[in-house]
Amino acid sequence: MNFVMSDLVPVLPEIFVLAMTCVILIADLLIRQSGRLATYMLVQLTLLGCSLILVGTHENRVIYAFHNMFVDDLMSDVLKLLTCLALSMMLAYSRLYLTARGLFTGEFMVLVLFAMLGMMVMISANHFVTLYLGLELLSLSLYTLVAMQRDSATAIEAAMKYFVLGALASSLLLYGMSMLYGATGTLELGALTQAIQSGAADRNLQIFGLVFVVCGLAFKLGVVPFHMWVPDVYQGAPTAITMLIGSAPKLAAFAFVTRILVEGLQPLMPHWSAMLVILAIASIVLGNVTAIAQTNIKRMLAYSTISHMGFLLLGILSGSIEGYGASMFYAVVYALMSLGAFGMIMLLSRADGFEADTINDFKGLSRRSPWFAFIMLLLMFSMAGVPPTVGFYAKFSVFSAAVNSGHIPLVAIAVLFSLIGAFFYLRIVKLMYFDAPESHAAISIQPDTGILISFNGLAVLLLGILPGKLMAVCAVSAQQSLLLH
Amino acid sequence: MLMSFETIVFYLFAALSVFAALRVITARNPVHAALFLVLAFCSMAGIWMLLEAEFLAITLVLVYVGAVMVLFLFVVMMLDISLVQLRAGFWRLVLFGAALAGLMAFEMIWVLGSSRTSTGRVAIKHAADYSNTKELGRLMYTDYVYPFEIAAVILLVAMVAAIALTFRRRKDAKSQGVPEQVAVRKADRLRLVKMPPENRARQGLDSTEEVAR
Amino acid sequence: MMELLQTLHQAGLGLFGPLWLTVWTLVKIVAIVAPLMVGVAYLTLAERKVIGYMQVRIGPNRVGPYGLLQPIADGLKLVFKEIIIPTGSNKFLFVIAPIMALMPALAAWAVIPFDVGMSAANVNAGLLYVLAMTSLGVYGVIIAGWASNSKYAFLGALRSAAQIVSYEIAMGFALVCVLMVSQSMNLGDIVRGQQGGAGLFGWYFIPLFPMFLVYLIAGVAETNRAPFDVAEGESEIVAGFHVEYSGMAFALFFLAEYANMILIAALTSTMFLGGWLPPFNMAPFTWVPGLFWLLAKMSFVLFLFLWFRATFPRYRYDQLMRLGWKVFIPLTLVWVVVVGAWMQTRYWLW
Repeated sequence: MNFVMSDLVPVLPEIFVLAMTCVILIADLLIRQSGRLATYMLVQLTLLGCSLILVGTHENRVIYAFHNMFVDDLMSDVLKLLTCLALSMMLAYSRLYLTARGLFTGEFMVLVLFAMLGMMVMISANHFVTLYLGLELLSLSLYTLVAMQRDSATAIEAAMKYFVLGALASSLLLYGMSMLYGATGTLELGALTQAIQSGAADRNLQIFGLVFVVCGLAFKLGVVPFHMWVPDVYQGAPTAITMLIGSAPKLAAFAFVTRILVEGLQPLMPHWSAMLVILAIASIVLGNVTAIAQTNIKRMLAYSTISHMGFLLLGILSGSIEGYGASMFYAVVYALMSLGAFGMIMLLSRADGFEADTINDFKGLSRRSPWFAFIMLLLMFSMAGVPPTVGFYAKFSVFSAAVNSGHIPLVAIAVLFSLIGAFFYLRIVKLMYFDAPESHAAISIQPDTGILISFNGLAVLLLGILPGKLMAVCAVSAQQSLLLH
Repeated sequence: MLMSFETIVFYLFAALSVFAALRVITARNPVHAALFLVLAFCSMAGIWMLLEAEFLAITLVLVYVGAVMVLFLFVVMMLDISLVQLRAGFWRLVLFGAALAGLMAFEMIWVLGSSRTSTGRVAIKHAADYSNTKELGRLMYTDYVYPFEIAAVILLVAMVAAIALTFRRRKDAKSQGVPEQVAVRKADRLRLVKMPPENRARQGLDSTEEVAR
Repeated sequence: MMELLQTLHQAGLGLFGPLWLTVWTLVKIVAIVAPLMVGVAYLTLAERKVIGYMQVRIGPNRVGPYGLLQPIADGLKLVFKEIIIPTGSNKFLFVIAPIMALMPALAAWAVIPFDVGMSAANVNAGLLYVLAMTSLGVYGVIIAGWASNSKYAFLGALRSAAQIVSYEIAMGFALVCVLMVSQSMNLGDIVRGQQGGAGLFGWYFIPLFPMFLVYLIAGVAETNRAPFDVAEGESEIVAGFHVEYSGMAFALFFLAEYANMILIAALTSTMFLGGWLPPFNMAPFTWVPGLFWLLAKMSFVLFLFLWFRATFPRYRYDQLMRLGWKVFIPLTLVWVVVVGAWMQTRYWLW
């Protein structure tokens, strides 16, 4: 029972983010500027500093700190680095959009940083308490961010739904965790595995707890049948916040799910794998079919998220290192595509309050701006899984992992529905290239966001052609982190 | 078998908390429901006291009963809650709810009934000078310092969120600048004027009129 | 004194057997509550006399010599008055509210140490217990205000709720300083921590002087006394939460307020003014029993309460909130850090 100073080194990135968040919270009061540019630069510097510390303190081994509550391994470092990158991109995309709507305030940026801290805690948690606290930190920040646009009835409705269902999910998760604690007497993931393996713990109670934990996770991931909040929140929240919810938290969610199910409950794999099969099939089927009927592009992307989460679960439920690596790759790729797609919606929205959130707003985009239409084409191809974009490779790798562990009928259904799903992505492409534009208003795009989204779109293509490096990193991280026990 | 004094007290508190909890959801008046919740908290604190968790028991009373529920009552008393509206659709949903509750209860009984739980084990009594508070504090700032700090950050987020969501700086609102009021000195408001004494008799009529007014 | 109690305890144990513990506890409760009630009665007289003299009046002097029977006459009058329950009020809560106000005021006395080893219950977390009990007092006020079904009463209740919750935080932080310094939450240990060769220079009000002031002022606010009596506010909301109460029900509120005052005085004396300890560790002072010193200190603090009432006009409501949230809470937070740092240096003498 003691407190060791050396514990502080692995948590240095978290400490840095927290300290900077507090500094920004106070500094923002003193900044008199209307555009919040100084605050924005400080936030970007924080993200940069955090990335540098992550790279600087990286060691090629698994480090446990704070009595095994915290784990620092390759997976956590990679995911945290990508989280920093995703948030940095998200802020860059949304600065002008939010400024025009009066939402680009100090609180907004502080809450984004708190959400980031929550994700970091989730990513390197090794204990139910830290997992849960990280999740709550993230969720609380996101609920607030969704509700920030207080005069918009849809945003408030979305925030209420998100909050109530999120709280329900948290309680389910906690209930499951307490069951597992009752059965095994420990909350630490490593010790949990050992306790379950030893066979001394009550099996019924474990399964009961597992059901609740999986339900809670499914709620947070937004997979069917726990998906009700996703479309409303995606549609109701300001697009920048939707982008935030749709990108970086999915990385944290991946870490969260694998840490609990794989690191903590590996011996119960046959049970949770069966549960995930149901969730994955339901999500892929419902997500892809319902998305076809949507006319609002944010809502459509919400249903697409549901189906993507189903694909992500395919890798995890295969229960192999190959599958975990493929899922991690999928999460990263999904975050990248999601950033690009929502970035494009914000790019087409205008300062006068016009939101480009129906699919008809994309009509004839190729005539108004061929380059951005091409970028959108790449993003939609990638989401649909058309080669040679990275989306194809991500889907291919989770499919092959699932096939290798014998889930052939499941993969057959998934392939079928991803073909059906391709319809609504390609419909956007058709609207952009073959329909006459509804308005001829010039698209005013700032050079920084324009360059960023071009990079984002090209990255989707480039990673599709050369996925080896990222795939290797994901595979090694999964190997190192999840094969311990 | 004669029950020990502690067992009797336990059943007393347990019955009280179940009763209070039931009344929380069945009371017609929301203020009554909130007060029953207070009662439930108090009886749970009593049960914790029996478990020698005096820190948790007192903190439950101090924080939940003494502060949280006061604010809760504060709000509930000012709301005009229409019970008719709340109860609309009750009978439509009751069957579904009851089925769900029954399923939950069945599962709980099945799982807990069959489990090898720790019935029959007796907890070790602590020495009289054992300070629950000190032990908790020690644990919290050593083993659990990391989650403890994160919990603190969550509270900070809650505060930032509450202010960000509710604070509106209205342009037409008038308010008092208290620091300025406090900074006022006598010399700012009061001017002492030296005046020569007046001869009242000479003014006569004017001054009496003044007094009469 | 202690030997006498010990023999009494032994004799009782022989007489009643296992039931003796219950009997003994009841005896202790009566031994605390009975003098307390007398104290409350004469505190009301003292208040009227002291404020009278401060305002160059005489105060009550008709009933008994020097008006000494006045409180008893007042009490008898209240007992014989009718308790009027307003129509449209919530009867059960209306009746239970005064009890809810008085109960915690009495319950907190359980842990107050009157002398070495002389307290009804020796609780390890005594400080927390006191804090919890004093925070419960607000329920009497809120329930009374709501159950009366009267606008003035309701306004008083709302004011009181907000006020007590705000000042409780500052009060709690002031007590955190005390427990940091004494390293204990047992009130007896806190007094023993102030013992030492230096007499009154060893008491905690010296290193924790700002906290002493904060605690005292927060104590005045918690008991709804002038200048923080906005919950009653005769000139604005008639009599606030107890405007509809009469007779014994009203008397119970009165008792609760004064019992709370005496409690705050006892706590201030215990935690900041050395409890039962004499001011100087010298011969004539150490002969006097500890109980006397405690009572003397309590009387001093109570005198301050009366003095405040005679001197200060009532705070405006927003000023009250500002003082609580923007002055006291930051001040106490800073002082917690200062004390923590100070205790690590060798200039810490307590």
